[in-house]
Amino acid sequence: MCGIAGLIWKGGASSDIGSEMTQMLQALKHRGPDSTGFALYGKAHKGLQVLRFKVAEQEEMSTGFDIHRRVVERKAAVEARLKEMGAEVTEREEATEYAFRYQFKFDGDLKRLIDYIEDLDGVEILSVGTALELIKDLGDASEVSGQYGLNGFVGTHAIGHTRMATESDVDIRSAHPYWAYPFNDVSVVHNGQLTNYWTNRRDLERRGHRFMSDCDSELIAVYIANRIDQGDELESAMARSIDELDGVFTYLVATGNQLGMAKDVMGAKPMVLYESDEFVGLASEEVAIRSIFPREIDTWDPYQGEVKVWAA
Amino acid sequence: MGSVTTSHDMGLHEEQLTGRTQQRFFSPTEEENFTYPWSYAVDFDKSSEFDAADMEISEINLKIRELMKSGHGTITVKNPRAKHSLGVGILNRLNLNFEGSLGYFGCGLNDGANIHISGRVGWSCAENMMAGTVVIEKNAGSLFGAAIRGGDLVCKGQAGGRVGIDQKGGTIIVGGSVGAFTGFMMQRGRMIILGDAGDNLGDSMYDGVIYVAGNIASLGVDCVETDMTDLDLRYLHGKLELYGMAAPNGVEKMVKLTSGKQLWNYDNLEPSEKKLVL
Repeated sequence: MCGIAGLIWKGGASSDIGSEMTQMLQALKHRGPDSTGFALYGKAHKGLQVLRFKVAEQEEMSTGFDIHRRVVERKAAVEARLKEMGAEVTEREEATEYAFRYQFKFDGDLKRLIDYIEDLDGVEILSVGTALELIKDLGDASEVSGQYGLNGFVGTHAIGHTRMATESDVDIRSAHPYWAYPFNDVSVVHNGQLTNYWTNRRDLERRGHRFMSDCDSELIAVYIANRIDQGDELESAMARSIDELDGVFTYLVATGNQLGMAKDVMGAKPMVLYESDEFVGLASEEVAIRSIFPREIDTWDPYQGEVKVWAA
Repeated sequence: MGSVTTSHDMGLHEEQLTGRTQQRFFSPTEEENFTYPWSYAVDFDKSSEFDAADMEISEINLKIRELMKSGHGTITVKNPRAKHSLGVGILNRLNLNFEGSLGYFGCGLNDGANIHISGRVGWSCAENMMAGTVVIEKNAGSLFGAAIRGGDLVCKGQAGGRVGIDQKGGTIIVGGSVGAFTGFMMQRGRMIILGDAGDNLGDSMYDGVIYVAGNIASLGVDCVETDMTDLDLRYLHGKLELYGMAAPNGVEKMVKLTSGKQLWNYDNLEPSEKKLVL
């Protein structure tokens, strides 16, 4: 079933989006209790990249023995490869034993750096961006938010996801949001099923794009990344996806300064929209928007085949 | 069984069904069959209100029942805050007001209550309504009035896709536009749309009537335009006036759509089979 939510403060205003998105996703917990993910957009760090990566799955950590030694080795290997490629790490945070947040300076070929790090066994980069922080883990919104200290995160916009696993496993790798590798700051959350996944996946893999999981939703992130790579604007890339992706879907995309939504031609998956002069909120159910705006508000359902994009 | 009179005994059926059947006929006396065992004698002048902001869904629905039990015929629920499944399964005469918005499945299975919602409703509002009225001041989500069998369902704003899917009776009125697949497999009843209609309007409808005031993106399979009669116009005038609504260019300019019945193939069946199908 899955629940998705997005919010954006217009005109460059910022707010405690960490707490806001946590509340929205907690209200959607009944749509998917398996895992929760956040893509939060903070203030852009000038000349600095934020790298979020994990070196193991949560399940491996709780059941394995040797893994505790291996995560230390893997982390050291990531450090070594960053150094080798000439990236200067300025900040290190350990969110959990297996997930980390690094801030680094780097002027070279980012895609090459990312590929080199991911070449390490068991290492997955969740996101790279100047404003994007992508956090996903098993558990409900308040658990994940508490574990990664997201309350109080100030920013302009965010998307989030609560997952009910249908097409692939319950693990962090198959959790949303998906980062649109290798593009800075682009992330996607999706509610639905894609039926032409393999045809599109094979086509995109031939073009050199990477898939980290077998989750059909990852295709949307890779698809958007490919369209942007071909020179499309976000809105036209999304409009095109309505025709080219088959299945039922409502998805949200965020970039460094934009938030977009798209709905399939059957309008099979829900989305409620609230828009005011300073704020836009989207969610699978109105209860999520009401969790941050308890007062009466005017909301509506966007129609089938609709694509909308807002700027921060 | 002995003394039980069946509809067959009363001569209501000329034909005899052949083969195995699950049918059991009931005695059509009011005491036994036309009141629900849990229906309450309520007084409309006795009113009550409560704040639902911090209540769970089941608590709210139970509270409405408790109030009906104590004879309250007019109930106001404040701050429903878009919670799901509120006001479902009310099988009683009742004036029920929601001051705010409802989530999914609001007022489903309604049989007899007059419900007013000052906010918006989510998906599947008044699903399978049997009788009564549900009036929504703002917008409605998809599957608005799915499979309703009776009563009036009114949305003064716009509604999502698949409005009145599988409608089997009653009236659905939408003040604004509706999305794709509205009236899909409609079987009976009437739908009045004062705004635009999305793609595949009335797709595969068996029967029933759809009136549209705005533009129609496209008609579905076997949905055809028909001439408006004086009876239609009188009906539209009357219904819309009742809810303080009006067609933007007058009801005379509205389009009437019905089933072309080209998809019907019941005539290919044997007469005995035909009766089973219908």
